[in-house]
Amino acid sequence: MTSEAIADSKPRLSVAGLWKVFGPKAASIIGTPDADLPRPELLERTGCVAAVKDVSFDVAPGEVFVVMGLSGSGKSTLVRCLTRLIEPTAGSVRLDGSDVAAMSTRELMAVRRNEVAMVFQHFGLLPHRQVLDNVAFGLEIRGEGKEKRYKRSREIIDLVGLKGYENHYPDQLSGGMQQRVGLARALAVDPKVLLFDEPFSALDPLIRRDMQNEVIRLQDDLKTTMVFITHDLSEALKLGDRILIMRDGEVVQIGTPAEVIAAPADDYVKDFVSEIPRSHVLTLKWVMRPQRPDDSLEGPEMDINTIIRNAAQAALASAHPVKVIENGQLVGIVDDEAILRSVVAEEEVSA
Amino acid sequence: MTAVVTRQPETEPPEPQRTEWPRGSNLRALMSGRRNSVLLLGVLVAWVIVGTIMHGTHTLEIGGADQIGIQNWLGDRANDIQLASSQNFFIQVTHGISDGLNSLILWLQHLISTPAFPRPYPHVGFLGVVVIAWLFTAITAGWRMSILTVACFLAFALLGFWEESMDLLIVTLLAVAISVIVGIPMAILMARNKTARAIVTPVLDVMQTLPSFTYLLPLSLLFEIGPAAAVICTVIYSLPPVMRIASHGLLNVNPATVEATNSMGQTSWQRLRKVDLPMAKRTIIVGINQTTMAALSMATIAAFINGPGLGQPVVRALNALRVGDAFVPGLCIVLMAIMMDRVTTAASQHSENLARGQARNIAELRGRLLIAGAVITTVCVYLGANYTWAAKPPSSSAGTWLANRVQEVIDWISKHWSGATSTISDKFTTIFLNKVEYVVAGSPWFVTGAAILAIAFLLGGRRAFIAALVCVAGLRWLGLWNGAMVTLTATLVATVFVMILAVVFGVWMGRSPRADQVIRPFLDAGQTLPPFVYLIPTLALFGPTRFTAIVAAVAYAAPAAIKIVADGIKAVSATTVEAAESAGALRIQIITKVQIPMARSAFTVAANQGLLYVLSMVVIGGLVGAGALGYDVVAGFKQLPLQGRGLAAGFSIVLLGVMLDRITTYTAQRGAKKAVES
Repeated sequence: MTSEAIADSKPRLSVAGLWKVFGPKAASIIGTPDADLPRPELLERTGCVAAVKDVSFDVAPGEVFVVMGLSGSGKSTLVRCLTRLIEPTAGSVRLDGSDVAAMSTRELMAVRRNEVAMVFQHFGLLPHRQVLDNVAFGLEIRGEGKEKRYKRSREIIDLVGLKGYENHYPDQLSGGMQQRVGLARALAVDPKVLLFDEPFSALDPLIRRDMQNEVIRLQDDLKTTMVFITHDLSEALKLGDRILIMRDGEVVQIGTPAEVIAAPADDYVKDFVSEIPRSHVLTLKWVMRPQRPDDSLEGPEMDINTIIRNAAQAALASAHPVKVIENGQLVGIVDDEAILRSVVAEEEVSA
Repeated sequence: MTAVVTRQPETEPPEPQRTEWPRGSNLRALMSGRRNSVLLLGVLVAWVIVGTIMHGTHTLEIGGADQIGIQNWLGDRANDIQLASSQNFFIQVTHGISDGLNSLILWLQHLISTPAFPRPYPHVGFLGVVVIAWLFTAITAGWRMSILTVACFLAFALLGFWEESMDLLIVTLLAVAISVIVGIPMAILMARNKTARAIVTPVLDVMQTLPSFTYLLPLSLLFEIGPAAAVICTVIYSLPPVMRIASHGLLNVNPATVEATNSMGQTSWQRLRKVDLPMAKRTIIVGINQTTMAALSMATIAAFINGPGLGQPVVRALNALRVGDAFVPGLCIVLMAIMMDRVTTAASQHSENLARGQARNIAELRGRLLIAGAVITTVCVYLGANYTWAAKPPSSSAGTWLANRVQEVIDWISKHWSGATSTISDKFTTIFLNKVEYVVAGSPWFVTGAAILAIAFLLGGRRAFIAALVCVAGLRWLGLWNGAMVTLTATLVATVFVMILAVVFGVWMGRSPRADQVIRPFLDAGQTLPPFVYLIPTLALFGPTRFTAIVAAVAYAAPAAIKIVADGIKAVSATTVEAAESAGALRIQIITKVQIPMARSAFTVAANQGLLYVLSMVVIGGLVGAGALGYDVVAGFKQLPLQGRGLAAGFSIVLLGVMLDRITTYTAQRGAKKAVES
């Protein structure tokens, strides 16, 4: 999904002016000059810690929205504020238009039971229940009958590839499989929005890659809206339609993976993305230049959304520059130098 | 205080996994430590010198049957309570409660222990009781445990104490039932509510500091001597473990799971039923195990206030100093303790196995088992109601035979060994005990009092000083100063031996896994026995003396102290030990310079527990010639005119316990704080 398409549709989740301040008289800080202080000074002056500072973003239906930041950046607090596992101090969280932050307990419970489900870093499975009963837990607490919830749970267990493990206990499964149970438990309630809180950080690198692919596969099948928290940039780039970068509780940048790589909002983000091979992420859009009269038009045509790495061989093999096409129109030219610069030199590319 | 109830140590064990040399390297800390030790030594020397010069003056000794000042007042109040029972609303309520409880107990007794007139046997005859016990343990704890249970029940009958055993079972299980019904909801409240926790925890601390003996007299005034008061004492004593352990278990349910299940929209009730209770189940069962063992030990002691059960024949025999007669009921108590401990421990494992074993069809299977059990039970109860052979417990002369043989052995020992045992006892008494008592109890009260206050201040700082001041003043005011100091002497002397054992065995076990493996089961077994049991063999060996009480107290308190020290030594970071080894430290150097200093807080906790266990046992030892406060309490039960003195003695014991507990606790806390600072 492109960013234009996202901007056009009505958001599924819309967060506006969200704050979470821990400490005494937390609410009174918001709106005062204190709120703008850096964290250590705020702590010294007021004894409070602002974990989430004035965060706003929209998530479109079917979008995978990744929140990325280092530990302590407030990303886990942010995702918990979305269903008030941590009570936000100020701001609104609109789910299909209705404000979760302002809901009564009863309404909130209904949202948690039916609309939003979450997958946790440390799984949070019930050790005394078998896989089947763990997956059925959400259905059980919203009062669905045994037969119905077992039927649904078995379907989901098949879907996440745990068939045959229904009657195992969590401690008999590997970490990756436990997280599949966590995923199945969240999917079982057929939520509109799935929240992931660093779900794969506790797993081995290989298992992590499997699970990421699993999420991509499920997303292709189910088209669920996802908010995905991670501290791993490559995970964010791999999964995210858009990425929100957080630092010290504040939003630093929101954009598509390519935007973040190609146009980092500040030195912090630039530093972050410096290790990422640009040619693996960026498309021709980011390295093309306007057509000049002297350009040869003999070269190959390529779509504007082609990843540079995939374009490289054909472009370099041709003696003429690549013609970049968008919607059948010639929109720019990419010459060998531009390709080489992003593949080999990895130096700054301006959009 | 029984050995099974271990309090959470109030200081954290030294932090593991950091390679860091023990404290004391900081020069200032070292200097202040040294200055304190010098001052401490100075106080002791001054105490001895001044005490010797003024020996025998102002010791506040009073005659055995005298009652003075506040004690008379207490006695009068006790009389008032008894006389005014028809007018005082509060007393009417307590008497109402005890009437209700008494009839419940009587009904239970008619059901399983005593003849239900006109029947010559209880309603549920022997066969019925055994079968019910067998099925119950088989279902809750597995078939192996059910065999143990049946064997124990048979032994109770064959040893000739069927009725007393069943009575003890009634009192214990009734108290456990009440403790669980009250304790688990309280534990849930404590786990969910910070304020409730902050209020209840110190109350539990105090409840567990009090020696079991001190509950008896005041409660028997309120609830009248008899089974009801016995059950209430037992409940009060056995309630803290289940509350403490269950709330600990509920509080420590994996927060990730709680958050995950919260995120799915569970209600508070769903969380309790589906998450908290199942996940804390094993810990809660451990709490019930501890509560059961505490209840059993208190239920035997409650024989002093006419609590029915096996305690009665033991008390009678100990009063008459007939060890042979005490042995058989004592053996039954031991069997009961082993049975209850094993069954409740197995139940926690069994519940897990059952749940996991055969997956889903287990519920069905259980249902069938229950139906089969109900049928068998009905048949057996019917048989017991109609046929004598099923109602009458099998009898044998095994009990009397055993008692006679034991008495013979004891007679033989006292004939041939009395020289040896009484030499040990006399030598110890003259060389050690009398010397300490000469100073502690023989000095003028203000000298000893001042010395206690000074020591409290040097060890535990201002808070310990204030606690000691309140307790010393209270002891003086209650008018049993001399008795209290005699009891204190015995407590201190016994604790010294407990600590010697704790250091030797604790360090050994802490360093050698094999030693731990061999010794620990014995310590565990020792901790399940009610304190009474310890008096029987020691009395046989050493006769009715103060020394007997001290030996029993050491035996009773040592297991807990040894285990605490062993765990403390084990918790010392392996990396630090390795670092010392690589630096070329000898084994003795590693022990004295690394392991013992780093496990220091374990030693203070062990001393704290040791003192409290010893105190509770020394007091019970009043029964077998240890005299002093314990004797006064017992006399208070038996002789109405001495009730006031008995009450004062009970309060004095409480003050001694609180004083020792506070001084050691604050010392430990200060030690921990100092360690952090340096």
